[in-house]
Amino acid sequence: MSQRAAALKPEMQYADLAQQGETAQLGMWIFLATEVLFFGGMMAAYLAYRMTYNADFDAAAKESVIWIGSVNTAVLVTSSLTMVMAIHAAAERERQPIVYFLLATAALGLIFLGLKGYEYVEDYNDAVVPVLNFHPKEGNPGAVELFWLFYFYATLLHAVHLTIGIILVFFMAVRAKRGAFDAGYYAPLEVVGLYWSFVDTVWVFLFALIYPIGRSG
Amino acid sequence: MTVTTFIPAKSTAVKNYLTAGFGIRSWLLTTDHKRIGLMFFGSVTFFFFIGGAAATLIRLDLLDPAGRLVQPDMYNRLFTMHGVVMVWFFLIPSIPTTLGNFFLPLMIGAKDLAFPRLNLLSWYLFNASGILAVYFLLVGGVDTGWTFYTPLSSQYATGHVLPAAMAVFVNGFSSILTGLNFIVTTHRLRAPGMTWFRLPLFVWAIYATSLVMVLATPVLAMTLALMSMERFLGIGLFDPAIGGDPLLFQHLFWFYSHPAVYIMILPAMGVVSEVIACYARKPVFGYRGMAYALMSIAVIGFFVWGHHMFVTGMSLYSGVVFSFMSFIVAVPSAIKVFNWIATLHKGWITFDAPMLYALGFVGLFTTGGVTGLVVATLAADVHLHDTYFVIAHFHFIMVGGTVSAYFAGLHYWWPKITGRLYPEMWARLAAILTFTGFNFTFFPQFILGYLGMPRRYHAYPPEFQVWNVLSSAGASILAIAYILPLAYLGWSLLYGKRAGSNPWHATGLEWMTSSPPPEHNFVRTPVVTSAPYAYPDPETLADEPAGRRPQA
Amino acid sequence: MKLGGQIVTFVIAWAVLLLLLGINVLLAYQPIGGLHGFVPIGIAATQAFIIMAIFMKLRGRPSLKWVFAGAGFFWLMILLGLSSTDYMTRAAWPL
Ligand SMILES: [Cu+2]
Repeated sequence: MSQRAAALKPEMQYADLAQQGETAQLGMWIFLATEVLFFGGMMAAYLAYRMTYNADFDAAAKESVIWIGSVNTAVLVTSSLTMVMAIHAAAERERQPIVYFLLATAALGLIFLGLKGYEYVEDYNDAVVPVLNFHPKEGNPGAVELFWLFYFYATLLHAVHLTIGIILVFFMAVRAKRGAFDAGYYAPLEVVGLYWSFVDTVWVFLFALIYPIGRSG
Repeated sequence: MTVTTFIPAKSTAVKNYLTAGFGIRSWLLTTDHKRIGLMFFGSVTFFFFIGGAAATLIRLDLLDPAGRLVQPDMYNRLFTMHGVVMVWFFLIPSIPTTLGNFFLPLMIGAKDLAFPRLNLLSWYLFNASGILAVYFLLVGGVDTGWTFYTPLSSQYATGHVLPAAMAVFVNGFSSILTGLNFIVTTHRLRAPGMTWFRLPLFVWAIYATSLVMVLATPVLAMTLALMSMERFLGIGLFDPAIGGDPLLFQHLFWFYSHPAVYIMILPAMGVVSEVIACYARKPVFGYRGMAYALMSIAVIGFFVWGHHMFVTGMSLYSGVVFSFMSFIVAVPSAIKVFNWIATLHKGWITFDAPMLYALGFVGLFTTGGVTGLVVATLAADVHLHDTYFVIAHFHFIMVGGTVSAYFAGLHYWWPKITGRLYPEMWARLAAILTFTGFNFTFFPQFILGYLGMPRRYHAYPPEFQVWNVLSSAGASILAIAYILPLAYLGWSLLYGKRAGSNPWHATGLEWMTSSPPPEHNFVRTPVVTSAPYAYPDPETLADEPAGRRPQA
Repeated sequence: MKLGGQIVTFVIAWAVLLLLLGINVLLAYQPIGGLHGFVPIGIAATQAFIIMAIFMKLRGRPSLKWVFAGAGFFWLMILLGLSSTDYMTRAAWPL
């Protein structure tokens, strides 16, 4: 296996593997810039309504389940650590640690999704799910509904991104196990790592927009 | 441009990109940017004629003040189809995905784009979304206009709004992938010695365009997704019934759709710079200024979107800011026009077809740009908003400007792409017909708009008829001018004279390789040692310069 | 796997991120009035900065990656900044 990896050649348009790897990372950074603007459309909506309906947003956000949000933040932050450890192991050319760290990363991602699913059930019980079950306790019902629409759009979109990330990480684990990164070329792993940490970054902002507001009375 | 390793055209050992493989698989699975460029050319040409057919029906309906040809419902569907197809499936991809795809790697001395498979994926996404869009626009249609404004689109419109929005969403991915590929390629795959200020302006233009594609398109994707969710669920972020703001949709939509105009016009500016330099046989005047102007148009273009919303109920303060920024963006645009004119000054000008198209571009773009300032003025816009004045203004930019430049580039690079020369006289005729037909079609619309005829109505008061008839008559000339190249360019594929590697004696790396180029563009990687547009100074030449069009 | 300097950096960054999370949650219950609009976002921005600098390896010599990481942020600011000129002033100066 590592024999094949050692014979790795750059694609025709590149001078060497270093150039190819650098280019792949640059491509991912540009893609992440588009992702910022993609989520940005939603952020603009949040900002506009937060400015218009500040008190109602406070009343709405209070109903969010902050303990799950916080635990999930810790889970994702930890997964970013395991991801970067996997890349570090690849740089050291240690095959087994790469696989373990990647599997840990994917597992943490799945834990996040599980907790998120449980949180949605809680939200349903709190009657804050637009369309399905929506009976807000305080605030102007329309504005409160705008908050919860944002909440579901944003967290669901984030979950989709995370799911793609889990699939990519798992795929990388399989490749690592087969020795694809033994030869010291692990740019694909770094690219996936960038994506993963970006999804983490998005969550950090979503947390700040959703959970810690309207709680001090 | 001086190149130390000149590659002779007659290296028969290397197959060209057209003969490198045969059969349908060699095209559908290719990763060669030149083949993908040609495939995009086929796709956008197809969509151009679909959008054109809708335009034809619109102009036929407007011959008659009562608008008897089509019912109002049908008319709404026609202009939606015209707008959606022309904007997303012709104008935005037109120059970048065809000429950009083909020539960006050639002009920077690269073997291919940075991500060739992504490039092919972009073509598939483009076609899938295009066919989806056209299918749903034909069966049942969409009546919201290409702008999909809420709450019309999300709550009231009948027809296939969801699939059409989905198609535009997918098309956005194609656009983003193409832009991303171009940016990375320009950064990472330039030939040795090809510094940023040795790049041809076409490359600068494609780079600036790609920046806009990559940073604006995702916002459109999100906007359409939010609108679609609102339509799907019956409740959403733009829904006034729960305190949502429909103007927010417009903010987000125009955050993309104003810069989208620059996606259309920046590549056109790049083409025109190449063509004018070649046919005036002079370096582009103020090369660095031209490059900076392209970049600043791309950036400032993001600060002006609110000028589409002056009369919608947006804050007056906001309107003042957006109006001011719209005036600012005119500055780099004007710099470009002045520099093209300065390039012509004391040049050795030949009026070959690409040059005729390019000169047409300069005139039409200037007219479109200056009338843009009129509608960017807060007070004037109150009168002109949603009238034919606006229609005329943006058609001067997008159709007069972009399409003319697209044809200029197509003719200019035709010998390189196909290895054949096109018939010059027919091409000149088409160029002149385009300019004439265009002005007859759209200049009357300035007058109609000024007199107060609103857009998007299938009928109008009889006193507007004379201008409408003039416009429709002009459109028929324009139609001939657009169909004509299809005929003679097609003819030239079989019967055109063989072109050498550099029939126009032009500068630039793309002319340093054979026509059509070999599979990996260059036999050896070129090394660049000087600035672009190294045309000899015409004043120092006693007689006609050596670089002349071969007599066809 | 040796416990090198890089790993220590990663672990410290992780610990700081968790600490900031804790501060964010604690401050949410404190009566800090209008600051509630800014503190969580400020903390999130700090966390994002740490993730990008250390986990996404932006620290070090200036590079092209900075340009595109910055571009995403800058263009987001254009979107948020210019659209809020409308929402901040629409009630005061309607057109
Ligand atoms: Cu505009």
